[in-house]
Amino acid sequence: MGMTEAILLTIATAATPLLIAAIGELVVERSGVLNLGVEGMMVMGAVGGFVIASLTGNPWIGVLAAIALGVITSLLFAFLTLSLAANQVATGLSLTILGLGVSSLMGEQFVGQAGKKLGNLDFPFLTDLPLVGPLLFGQDPIFYISIALVFGVSWFLFRTRVGLTLRSIGNNHHSAHALGIPVLRYRYLAVMFGGACAGLAGGHLSLVYTPQWVENMTAGRGWIALALVVFASWRPARVLAGAYLFGAVSIGQLHAQALGIAVPSQLLTALPFLATIVVLVLISQNVRATLINTPAMLGRPFVPDR
Amino acid sequence: MRLELIKRSAPAPAMRFLSPLLGLFLALIAGAIMFSALGKAPDRALYAFFIEPISEMWSVHELLIKAAPLILMGAGLCICFQSNNWNIGAEGQMIVGAIFGAALPILLPDVQNFLILPLMLIFGIMGGMLYGFIPALLKAKFKTNEILTSLMLVYVAQMLLDWIVRGPWRNPEGLNFPESRRFHEWARIPEMMPADGRANWGFVIAIVVAIALGVMLAKSLKGFEVKVIGTSPKAAQFAGFDAKKMIFFSFLLAGGCAGLAGIIEVAGATGQLRPTVSPGYGFTAIIVAYLGRLNPIGAIVAGLVLALTYLGGEAAQISLGLSDKIARVFQGLILFFVLACDTLILYKIRLSFGAAQKGAA
Repeated sequence: MGMTEAILLTIATAATPLLIAAIGELVVERSGVLNLGVEGMMVMGAVGGFVIASLTGNPWIGVLAAIALGVITSLLFAFLTLSLAANQVATGLSLTILGLGVSSLMGEQFVGQAGKKLGNLDFPFLTDLPLVGPLLFGQDPIFYISIALVFGVSWFLFRTRVGLTLRSIGNNHHSAHALGIPVLRYRYLAVMFGGACAGLAGGHLSLVYTPQWVENMTAGRGWIALALVVFASWRPARVLAGAYLFGAVSIGQLHAQALGIAVPSQLLTALPFLATIVVLVLISQNVRATLINTPAMLGRPFVPDR
Repeated sequence: MRLELIKRSAPAPAMRFLSPLLGLFLALIAGAIMFSALGKAPDRALYAFFIEPISEMWSVHELLIKAAPLILMGAGLCICFQSNNWNIGAEGQMIVGAIFGAALPILLPDVQNFLILPLMLIFGIMGGMLYGFIPALLKAKFKTNEILTSLMLVYVAQMLLDWIVRGPWRNPEGLNFPESRRFHEWARIPEMMPADGRANWGFVIAIVVAIALGVMLAKSLKGFEVKVIGTSPKAAQFAGFDAKKMIFFSFLLAGGCAGLAGIIEVAGATGQLRPTVSPGYGFTAIIVAYLGRLNPIGAIVAGLVLALTYLGGEAAQISLGLSDKIARVFQGLILFFVLACDTLILYKIRLSFGAAQKGAA
């Protein structure tokens, strides 16, 4: 395997968790809910996936546990913001604080243990093809799920009636309610989907990317995923592009550190975060695209009247 | 069973004060369940977590040391949140404040006189303000989401601190440890009662600032402006209040408070710059602001409560053999339950049994 393939593969691996978490959050935000707890749900998925995979010896069960923990965590958020109409920004933050705390408590005995890695796909002949082989046929299974999610969510949001309903709720929950659409039920499901995606993204970190458990191992990726949704102006295909761009930045900085470039390693580590800020500033210049695509009800609580 | 929210005809003022108490109570119950799940007697564990740490004089001093940055930053964030400016980067502003303030004793170790400490405090405030200025400018000028930018800047600040402590500011006589030179005596905040414990005058500064901000918010035109811009932006526009200026005002104020907290932390308790200056105080300060009802005076009480969770975490580690991560869990639980109980300010909750009515979600 050549150098180019290796670099492209690591970029895909770095981009996958960002992509999955961002796609999930995109659906949540399209329904008009802003869940800032992505980092918390993701880290719960990471710890849950790792612990269950270690206990059962089966990384696939770990993946399922990661998804389940993401969903459970998201339900806390859903109950507060949807059933109790609590402030979404503050609740999202509390979810992140809680998730980081609970995950480090749960994972404490597992720090430093070797994990179970989810193996890469391997097809006879196909995977051995030069360049395209490893890229198309030799990656970890979650990579394929992430690509499928982009197309699936894109199709769902823009080609199905339920997707249209979901977007209409995000744009005007009062009208949707008046039409008899169960706003809160849609939002519950959207938030749970976001939780499942964030959990899966966390599971990717602890079962594929670096198969071990380290406290706070999400290291801000949940926040970058949130930024990606804004960057993508709520469009799945642009999330894909954004996630790979950030994957490239974070892999690029790792290679730069390995090459010993005469720049402090801390600056390189900070690079993805600086890049996020720059990108957010650039994207907010495009006022029209932002206005058209931003769900109008984003972050506003809805209490059905009767 | 379904849960319905019924809007009150007017917000219930009593609930505004009862909600944090109820929230704390529920967090304690959840904590008791958690301790049982971890195999500890819950009464004994809660005692070790919340009472033991303040049963001795020296540990009360430790409480005040931890409360000072929480109160300062919590009070500043109240102004931000009340005016609808979501500054969640206090942690970064605190770090940059610590770096700015520490520059004096580290770069000019031979300048030792009574002027150095006030200058350090001012530098700290300026550092925090400068760092808070960035997300404010981006929000005001480019409409960039301040939640994301202020948070991203936390990670950048942590890296900046790490680099400066391991690189240019590493103590030349420090055996290669990643820490700066120790501050000389003039650069340290004096302890209040050295005979009893380590608490320094930073706590008093925090209280004074919080009270000043509380008075500003309650009595001054500026405070009125903060509240109007936060609650009804349209009315604020009619009144001629400038929402853009408020972005700068609130961010600079909260950033200044955080910077002051940073320099108080390093010139007080630690006495030198280390790769981490804060165990997440900037994020805990968000909880302080909410628990304190977004009121700077309330932040004083809330800051003491949250400081206790840090001490409780350490106590749980020592006397119960549990992880000090429990503190983080408690902090999350507190915010979580307070937010849940806040629903009762605006709504009554009705549980209805039986089939859903048609059209109800």
